[in-house]
Amino acid sequence: MRKQNRINMALSYLILTIASIIIVYPLLWVVGTSLNPGKSITSDIFPSNPTLIHYFDLFDATQTDYGMWYLNTIKIAVITMVVSVALITLTGYIFSRYRFVGRKNSLILFLVLQMVPQFVAIIAIYVLLNMLQLFDTHLALILLYAGGAIPMNTYLAKGYFDTIPKELDEAARMDGAGHLRIFWQIILPLAKPMVAVIALFNFMAPFNDFILASLVLRSPEKQTLAVGLYNMVSEQFDNNFTLFAAGAVLSAVPIVLLFFAFQRFFVSGLTAGGTKG
Amino acid sequence: MAAIATPKPTKTPEPKTNHRTIAAVISIVPGLGQLYNKQFLKGATFFIVVLSYFLVNFELFFKGAGNGPGDRGAIWGLITLGEVPGVRGDHSIFLMVEGIIALILLVFGIAIYVWNFIDAYRIGKLRDMELEVPSLKMQLRNFRDNGFPYAMLIPSLVLLVFTVVLPLIFTFLIAFTNYKFNNSPPAKLVDWIGIQNFLNIFTVDIFRDTFISVLGWTLIWTVASTTGVIAIGIGLAVLLNQKGLKGKRFFRSILILSWAVPAFITILIFRSMFNETFGVFNTTLLPAIGLDGGVEWMTDPTYTRLALIGIQWWLGFPYIMTLTTGILQSIPEDLYEAATIDGATSGEKFRLITLPMILFATAPILITQYTFNFNNFNIIYLFNNGGPAVPGQSAGGTDILISWIYKLSLGSNPQYGFAAAITLVLSFFIMTIAVIQFKRSKSFKDEDMI
Repeated sequence: MRKQNRINMALSYLILTIASIIIVYPLLWVVGTSLNPGKSITSDIFPSNPTLIHYFDLFDATQTDYGMWYLNTIKIAVITMVVSVALITLTGYIFSRYRFVGRKNSLILFLVLQMVPQFVAIIAIYVLLNMLQLFDTHLALILLYAGGAIPMNTYLAKGYFDTIPKELDEAARMDGAGHLRIFWQIILPLAKPMVAVIALFNFMAPFNDFILASLVLRSPEKQTLAVGLYNMVSEQFDNNFTLFAAGAVLSAVPIVLLFFAFQRFFVSGLTAGGTKG
Repeated sequence: MAAIATPKPTKTPEPKTNHRTIAAVISIVPGLGQLYNKQFLKGATFFIVVLSYFLVNFELFFKGAGNGPGDRGAIWGLITLGEVPGVRGDHSIFLMVEGIIALILLVFGIAIYVWNFIDAYRIGKLRDMELEVPSLKMQLRNFRDNGFPYAMLIPSLVLLVFTVVLPLIFTFLIAFTNYKFNNSPPAKLVDWIGIQNFLNIFTVDIFRDTFISVLGWTLIWTVASTTGVIAIGIGLAVLLNQKGLKGKRFFRSILILSWAVPAFITILIFRSMFNETFGVFNTTLLPAIGLDGGVEWMTDPTYTRLALIGIQWWLGFPYIMTLTTGILQSIPEDLYEAATIDGATSGEKFRLITLPMILFATAPILITQYTFNFNNFNIIYLFNNGGPAVPGQSAGGTDILISWIYKLSLGSNPQYGFAAAITLVLSFFIMTIAVIQFKRSKSFKDEDMI
C-alpha cells in the first residue's frame, strides 16, 4: 500500500512538472526573445547578451505607436470596467431580490443572449455606428463592451446575490434603510469576491478583444493593443519580431499581476454565481 | 379590450354603478378615464405622456422617411425598403433601421395606451365595489416601491437594446434581403427576397460545399477542444488536490499562468512558434526529438487543426481547473473515508465519488464552455486567419462558422444577406443548446418565478 502510494506521488509530480514546462516554455521563450539584441525570431530562451533596447524602442514614436495603443487600451478598459460593474451589480441585485412582471422573461432573454456572441451582428453594428456617427470612437467600443457583458455577468451576479440571506435586507428595511442604501451599504460589501471577478473580467475584455476593436476603430492613433500587436506580427513578421515580443510581454505583465492579486476571489466568485445561477 | 368591456361575472352581488366600464371606454382619450375617477394628477400625467409621445414620434411615423416624394412614415420604409435609388433617393438600410426603431417605439406606445385603459378600469371597479380609492400619497409611494426595480433596470436595458438586441433584430431582417456589396445603397435599393438566402446555403454549389465542410469542422473543433480542456482541467485539479502533495501553491500558480496571460497575446506567440520557416517548433523542438524537415503547420489544414486544438487545451484548462478545485474542497471527507473502509481503490473513488460530484456541480458551466468554443473566433482568426485557403471554397480550411461569417461580412466582395442567413443558422444551433441547458438546469426550476 505504501509503495503504491509512493509511485502515485512520483507520477503526480512527474505529470505536474511536465505540464508546468509546457505552460512556461512559450512564455519564457517570448520573454527571452524580447531580450535578444537582434531583430528576428530565435529559439534562444536565455540570450547571452540580453538587452532592454526593444522595450525602449516601443515608446519611440518613430518606430511604433505602441505607447498610444497602451494608453487607449487602459483608458477603454478602466471605463468599461466601471460602467459594467455599476450596471451589472445593480441589475443582478434587482433580479435576485425583486419580483416584478417581466422578470422571468428577462432572465430567459439574458440566458439566450449570453449564448449568442455580440459580434455575429457585425454588419448591423457597423451600420448603426455609422448612423449614430459613433464610428471610429472609443465611446462606441466602451458601450459595446459594457452592453455585451450584461447578460452573462448578470447571471454571475444574480447567482452570488442569491447566496446572501434575504433576512439581511429585511432587517435593514426595518431599520428604515431605502432600496438603494440596502444595496450599497449592506449587500454590495458582502459580494466583494463577485465584484472583484466581474471587475477583472471586464477590465481584461478590451485587452483580449480583436474583432470589435478592429471593426470600430479605423484611425491608427485610436487602435488598441490587440489590433496593433496583431498588425505588427502579421505585417512585418520577421524583421521586427523582437519588438513584438517586447510589446507582448509589456501588455501581459499588468494583466498577470492583477490576475494573481484577484485570484483568491475566483473560486468563491465563480462557483457561487455559476452553479447556483 | 373585450375583456375590459364585458367584465367577468363575480360571486359578489352585481354593483349598482358601472364606473369601471364608463372609465375604461372614455379612456380612448388618454387620461379622461382617470379624470372621471377623480384622479386628476394621474389623468393629467397620462394625457401629457401620450400627447408628447405622439408629438415626438409624429414625424417618424408619418413623414420624412426616405427622400422620395410625399409624406411616408418609417413603417412604410420598413415594408418597401425605399422606392427611389441613388444618392438623393431612398437609403434602404437606413430606412430599415428607422423602421425597427419605429416598431420598438410603437410597442412602447401601445403598452402605455393599454395601461391607461387597464388603470381606469381597475380604479373604476374599486369605486363600483365601494372600496377606498388609493390616495395620491399612497399612489406615489406605491409607484416608488413597484417602480423601483424597473427604474434601476432602465440603464442596463437601454444599453442592452442598443448594443445587442437591435443589432440582432437588424441581422435577422438582413437575412431576408438581397443586401450585398454589389447591391448596396445609396447606388441601389435593397429588396426583400424571402428565404432565398437560406435556400442558397443548400442549393448553390460553392455555398453548400463550404457550409457543410465548415459546419463539420466547427463541430469537431468544438467537441475536441472543449472535451480536452475539461479532461485536462479536472485531471490536474484532482492531482493538485491530493493529500500530502508538496508545492501545491507553486504548481497552481504556474499552471494558471496560461489563463492569466491575455489569450490574444499567447495566440500570437503560438502563431510565431508554429511559423513554418522561423518558428521554434520546426527549427528547434522537432529536430531535438529527431524529426527533421519540418511540419506544414500553416499550409496543411490537418496540421493547422491539430495545432489549434492543442493551443486551446493550453489556453482553456486553468478555468476548469480553478472551478474544480473549489468543488473538490467542498466534497465531505467522510465520503472518501467510508469508501476506503468498504475497500474502494483510488480509481473507484475517483470514478464513483469525485467525478460525479464535479460534473453535477459544474454542468451548466461546462455547457457554456462548448458554446464558447463553438464561437471562438479569436483563436481561429488570430492563429492563421482561418487558413490555409481551400480551393473551390469561400472559407479557409480551419474556418469555423463564426469566422466564415466574419469573412463573408467584411472580406472581399461581402455578402451581407447571406452572412446574416448563416448567422441565423448558427444562432439556431446555440439557442437549441441554451434551451436544453435551461430546461435541465435544476436551479432554474427551483426559482420562485412570477
